[in-house]
Parts: sequence; structure tokens; C-alpha cells
Amino acid sequence: MSEFDHERPVDRRSLLIGTGLTAMAAISATVAGASNQFIERLLRERFSELGPERKQQILDDLEREYSERYGRSVEVADTPPMDGVEFGYGLDLSRCVGCRRCVYACVHENNQSRNPQIHWIRVLRMEKEQGIELAESNAYYEPAEVPEPDAFYLPVACQQCRNPPCVKVCPVKATWQDADGIVVIDSDWCIGCRCCMSACPYGARHFNWTDPGIPAAEINPNTHYLGNRPRPKGVVEKCTFCIHRTRKGRYPACVEICPVGARKFGNLLDESSEMRYLLREKRVFVLKEELNTRPRFYYFYAT
Amino acid sequence: MIRDILSFVTGSARLALKGGRIYHLWLVGLTALFVWGVTAWWQQVTGGLIVTNMRDQVSWAFYIGNFTFLVGVAAAAVMLVIPAYVYDWKPIKEIAIFGELLAISAIVMCMLFVLVDVGRPDRVWHLMPFFGSLNLPSSILGWDVLVLNLYLILNLAIVAHLLFTAYHDRPYSHRFVAPLLLLSIPAAVGIHTVTAFVYAGVAARPFWNSAILAPRFLASAFCSGPAILLILFQILRRTSSIEIKEEAIWKIAELMAYAMFLNLFLFGAEIFKEYYSNTSHLIHTQYLYSGVHGHDALVPYAWGSLACSVIAFLLFLFPATRRNLVTLNLGCLLIYTGVYIEKGIALVIPGMTPDTLGEFYEYVPTLSEVRVGAGIFAAGFLVFTLLCKIAIPILQKDSGPQPATLRS
Amino acid sequence: MDHHETPNADESGNRKLLPGSSSLSLLLIVFLAFSLLTLFSIVKGGMGEVADDAGGTRAYSPADFPDVDFDRKLLPEVEAAATSDPEGTYRVPPPPFSNEDIFPCSECHADMEVNHERRVLEDMHDDIVLNHGPKERWCFDCHNPDDRDYLRLANGTLIGFDESYKLCGQCHGTIYRDWREGIHGRREGYWNGAKSYLLCANCHDPHSPHFKAIEPLPPPVRPQYLRVAAEEVHDE
Repeated sequence: MSEFDHERPVDRRSLLIGTGLTAMAAISATVAGASNQFIERLLRERFSELGPERKQQILDDLEREYSERYGRSVEVADTPPMDGVEFGYGLDLSRCVGCRRCVYACVHENNQSRNPQIHWIRVLRMEKEQGIELAESNAYYEPAEVPEPDAFYLPVACQQCRNPPCVKVCPVKATWQDADGIVVIDSDWCIGCRCCMSACPYGARHFNWTDPGIPAAEINPNTHYLGNRPRPKGVVEKCTFCIHRTRKGRYPACVEICPVGARKFGNLLDESSEMRYLLREKRVFVLKEELNTRPRFYYFYAT
Repeated sequence: MIRDILSFVTGSARLALKGGRIYHLWLVGLTALFVWGVTAWWQQVTGGLIVTNMRDQVSWAFYIGNFTFLVGVAAAAVMLVIPAYVYDWKPIKEIAIFGELLAISAIVMCMLFVLVDVGRPDRVWHLMPFFGSLNLPSSILGWDVLVLNLYLILNLAIVAHLLFTAYHDRPYSHRFVAPLLLLSIPAAVGIHTVTAFVYAGVAARPFWNSAILAPRFLASAFCSGPAILLILFQILRRTSSIEIKEEAIWKIAELMAYAMFLNLFLFGAEIFKEYYSNTSHLIHTQYLYSGVHGHDALVPYAWGSLACSVIAFLLFLFPATRRNLVTLNLGCLLIYTGVYIEKGIALVIPGMTPDTLGEFYEYVPTLSEVRVGAGIFAAGFLVFTLLCKIAIPILQKDSGPQPATLRS
Repeated sequence: MDHHETPNADESGNRKLLPGSSSLSLLLIVFLAFSLLTLFSIVKGGMGEVADDAGGTRAYSPADFPDVDFDRKLLPEVEAAATSDPEGTYRVPPPPFSNEDIFPCSECHADMEVNHERRVLEDMHDDIVLNHGPKERWCFDCHNPDDRDYLRLANGTLIGFDESYKLCGQCHGTIYRDWREGIHGRREGYWNGAKSYLLCANCHDPHSPHFKAIEPLPPPVRPQYLRVAAEEVHDE
């Protein structure tokens, strides 16, 4: 017995009983107050490690949840990468006029939050006299008409790097590169630490600073689990090469809307593809090549 | 055994809550500040991080800046341990435990700053190995989580053992404590090195991507952590009968002077490289020290921090000013300020300004962030106060045959 | 070791500590006050102002632009073939003016005399401003004078308007080659299947091919305005 004990004898029994009762009350209140789904969601394991039936169950739950929330019939697919496919992207800098239709087509297609606004593509205006100089670029240009005679335009989005620094730094493996080259994010696993956003050299990753605001009428119901399904608050998102379209063979939305045909997309492993022709006939370059990220996004000048 | 533990816990609780009016006022004040912070944090949890001023362009700011500074403070506890136990230097040995108490409080604050910074606090369990999916060996932040927790457990084990055995008038087990203490030295170096690596490994941010960053972190940690302790010891001397020799204080101050010299030297090396090589990476350092394109919000703080560090270095260097307690305390406050800015906001913000695509977003903390930060600091002070309040009377039983008396 | 009232006097009697405990407290109070003042002035000061015309002060969304077709429905035959057409059969929309009364041209021109004189047209087709290449260029460099339903290549071969790319390709050979492979011009459809693409004339007016400048869609909202813009929409 320590000399401190005689000063004011503590009723040990009452202390124990008090603690126990408090703990029990707290636990039962939590369990009663929280819905079953909340607890299940809280403790769910990582999607990519689950078996096919469990995955399908989760996808069905998500479809139900989104359909209820937006009053539309939303589909959440888990289409795997195709065999023998590695995606590549080409952007013709001699053609881009900086009209930003790709930016808004991407938002229309991928269910980004409208308020607060998230854009996955950022078009940078550069001075022709200076060339590509990121420190002098401007993403907020709004002239009456484009292209301006003394400027050219460089759109930037996720480069789906072969050596992605974002994947390297994620502390919970919420983001990884799939076999077809797309760097994906599991938005039910991301903890929102934003390490990946620090690590990305292209500013391609964006954060949901609050609950995303998307009007129900603007929802794209054709979604992918790792791509454009509605994201929750507090997680990171980015371009996924329209994974819900490209894994079914379709072009990404930005490629189809570009009015000047500056965007090219295809399978780098297919010798007869547009992308391979591009790499063969045009001289391509990548951004920040010294960082050894080895992007799949190639910039070129057709003329 | 259980009975001994229970009596230790209840006895400690009693010690912690007993005290004079000023002491209780202090506790109440800190609790109020903590509650003020918690309410702000709750708004953040429900409304999202949009209540801060962090945005995609500057995605780490006030919270992570404080986290980085506090990891340095936690690591600096080792500074007292090394001479105390390795060189068995008596004057410091008696007070080294306060270094560990400070380390515990600082680590608690670090973890709280990380908790308030993540977008999904309900998912932090994903960071656990086995139950979650901690990404080792690839993610340096993953390593940081691991070593910070290990360091906390280590210090808790040492302190708990020392206090528990002293409480029950038993001698502490040297076999248990000595290896843990020896381990705590590389552990302390480890936590700050790993935190430095979280920054240094990011190639996308050239301001951080420098090999010299880890040594700079350690040097600045070793001067800022003890500064807090020096002030604390003077308070303790006045409010309790714990004996702290002058020589101990002077020795710590002297070691801090050397650490600050190293800090300033490494800073100078960084400045030379940036300005002489004059690559595009210079823009971040320029933003910090002279502003770019009219964006110059951080300039006064950068120069202020440098001035504080240099003046503090001089104050600690000369024995005359080192031994005069007025200048000593001034030096401590200056060092604390200098390193707080240098390893807090002046590390994180210039790394992200301009951002990877050249945009300048000038970040300024919101009231919400300041409230949360204040709440966490209050929590840390509270933890430290309570730990000291428990430790002092227990430890004083060791020194001298009379029962210990507390002053307030 | 015994306890004194002032336990901090050591043997040498060196009590040259603080001139009273007030010094440390004073320093701490001044420090705290200064820090709080600085902190609150930073917070209150807010972020730098952005000029009104600097762009990015409002957030827009695709729904704000009903004139832009974001849905891009595919041609039915492309949609039907989709990826079951790995060779990539190509579908092309009809050339311009196909559905209007102006084609076939022979309805008017079959009975007319051919006037080979280079001139500015006055009676008909005077709305066409020819601004394509050197000033010597005129109508019959491309159009077949004897049967206006066709275009004429350099070697005399006649081609229909749906093959006009062969004509363009005579001068613009590299672009023609790129277009054939898909690098020039916009395509819709399946990267591993059926696609629809466009004739040169669908995008470039052959009489005045240079693209006119267009109005860009608005810039993204600046980070300083992200919260404000979000609140604005919520208030609406």
C-alpha cells in the first residue's frame, strides 16, 4: 500500500461499478443510435480483397443507395481490365484551342461535385513566346474567343503514370494501378489523408472538401465502382480514363467531345491502334519527364 | 498485482486533481479551451474540411505544420536522455523523466493533429496493420504511423514503470528500464527522420525533395524541444520542491546552442544551393523570402523566424547571456517561435506554393482551424500538466527521508 | 539535504536567478499576447483579393450550357456494331448540304452553259467567300465544270462529294494520312470497335477552311472562392 492511499480512501467498488455502467450505456447508445448499415459500412473490409459474391452484394447495396438518393436507376459495375490492353492517351497541342468543352464533358460524364466545384481536367494557357512554362501558365483565362493569337493551351489531367508516386505514398493502399494502366481509387477505403495529392506532380488529384453536391437530374447512372460512382465527402478523386466506358470499349468522354479532334486514345499494345501510329509518326513528349513517372499521357504536335 | 495497479491509478488520479486555486484555474482554463476546439472540430466533421482554407492547391497546411513541429518536440526528449543515461550525468538524470513526459504529451498532440486533418476520421483504423491495410514498406506515412505509436508506447512503458515502482516504494527494474531507454534514443531519431522522409521523398515538391531535409529536421528539433523544458523547469522550481540544478539548465542550453548552429548551417547550405543553382525550383524559396508576383504573405514570418533563430543562437552561445535567466528565457521563447514557424508553416506552405501547375494560392488559416489547433494544444498542455502533477510528488519520495511537500 | 522555504538556493548561494519570478511570467504573458495577436490578425486578414476580371470567381457546371451537346449519342449503326466489330468499320455522316434542296447540283447546272472565266460570282452562290489558299484559286480547281455533282481530281478522275477527302488529300497529304489513321479529326465510338468519323468538309468549310474562334467555356472556380461559390448555389 502506498502512503498516498490513506489520505482519502477511495471506494474501489463504486469506482468499478460506475465505470462499468458508463461503458455499457455508451456502447448500447451507440449501437441503438447507429443503423446497421452504418456499422457495416464502418467496418467493411477492403473491396479488392473480397470474394465475388460479397462484392456483388456490395455493388447491389451501392446501386440501391444511389438509386434511392438520386431517384434514378443507377448501375455500379466492377468491370475488370481487358486482357492485352494498356491504355495510352494522346493530346495534340497544335490543335487544342482551349475551349474547355472537355472539362465540362468530363464533369457531365463522371459525377463530379458541382458545388463545391471539382474539375478533373485543367486547361493551362501558355504564351507562345515562352513555350511550356508551368510557372507562367494561367488556368483562369476567359477571353471572349479562343484561340488567342499569342497563346496556346495545354490540358492536364491524371497522366496514369507507369511509375505513379501517388500509389507509392498511400498509407492504406486505397489507390493502385490496375492491369490496363488506369490508376484507380477505392473511395470506400480512402481515409482522406491527402498524401497522394502532395505526391502527384500534375495536380491531378482532387479532394471532396465537403459532401459533393450533384443535382439528381445531372447524375450519370452508368458508373464503375473504382471510377465515376458518386463519391462521399472526405475522399480523393481523379480522372480514370472514363473507366466505366473504356473497359467496355468506348472512347472517354473528353475524346469524343473535343471539337477539333485534339484528343486520342487507344490500346498501346495493339500495333494497329491510333496510339501506336501516333507514337510512330509523331514526336511525343511527357510532362515533368525528369521525375521518372513515365506517364501514359503523351503530348504531341501533329503539325 | 491488479490491486497495486488500481491503487496506483486511483492514487495518481487523486494527485492529479489535488492542488491550489491557481492550479485548478489552469485546469479549468485548459479544459475550456479544449472544449472550444472540440466544438470547432465537430463542425468540421459534419461539414467537411471545407471549413478550413485548405484546397486542392494547398492540401496540407496548419494542421500538418503543427504536426511536424510537434514531432520534433517529441523527438527532442531524447536530448535529455542521452546525457542522463548514456553518460550518467547526475544533474540531468533527475529531470530526464520530464523529457519523456513532454514526449508523451507531444506525441498525443501529433496524433490529434493527424486525426483532425484526415478527411475520414471514421476510417483511421485502415492504418492498422492486419486489421487495416497499412501500406508497408512503400508508404513513408505508414512507417510514420508505426514509429510514432511505438515511440509513444515506449515512453509510456518507461514512465509507467518508473512511477509505478516509485509509488509503491519499490526500486525500479534496471533490467526493464535501461534497454527501453537506450531504445528510445534511436526511436526518437527515428520518428523525426521518418517524418522528414514523408516530405523529402515527394519528388513532386522540389522545396521538400532534398536530402538535407532530415538532418535539418533533427537539428531544429534538438533546439526547440528543450526550450520548452527549460521554461518548464523554472516553473517547477517555483511551484514544487523538485530540485533542478543550475548546471543542468546551462548544459541543456549549451547543447541547444550547438544544435542551433547546425540548424543555421544546414539552412545556409540549402539557401546556397537554391540561389546559386538558380533552377526553376528556386521559386518556392523566393516565395518564402521575397515573394513572387506580388504574393508575399509569408515573407515577414520567414525573416522573423530567421531573426529569432539567430538571436537565440547568440544568446545561447555566450555563457554570460546563457546564465542570465532573463536572456535565457528570452532565448527559449525566440527559439520556440523561430522553429515553430520554420518547421510549421514555413515548411508546408512554400512546398505547395506555387502548386505543381504553377498556381499561387495564398493560404491563411481560418478561425475554425485555429480553434481546433488551440484545442489540441490545450489537450497537450493538460496531459503534460496532469502527468507532471502525478510524477513530481511520486518522484520526490525518492529524494530525501522526509515526506514530500508541495508548495501550492 | 533539507528543505528551505526557497529550495533553490544552492551551496554557492548563487541566487542570481530572476529578478523575481515576475520576469518569466512577464515574458510568457508578452509572448502569448503577441502570438495571439499575430494569429488573429492573420485569420481576420483573410486571403488576397482577386481582380474582378481575373476569371474564376464563379463556379459553373455543364447544365449551364444547354447549347453544348455533352451526351454525344452515337450513330445507330455504330452503337449496334460496338465492339463486335474489331476491324473497326467506319461510319461517316453525310457531307454538308446533302439534305438541303441545293443538291444534286445538276438539277440547275445540267442545262446551263459553263463559264470558265475566273470571276467573282454575282448571280448565285455569291454568299460563298473563297478564302482557301493562293489568290489564283477558284471554283473549277475543285468542282467539275461539266457535271457539278462531282469533284475533279488533278488527274481528271471524278469523285463524289462523299469522297471529297481524296481531293483535299491531294494538297494536304500528311493531314490526309493522319486523318485516315485517326490522328486528325474527331472520332466517336469504340476504340476497339466501330467508330464514326467525319469528312473534312464536316468540320472545315472548304471555301473558307480556317476555323473561326469560338467562345470558351468558363474557367474553374478559384480556390479562394470555392466555399463562397458553393454557398451561393446553396442559397439559390
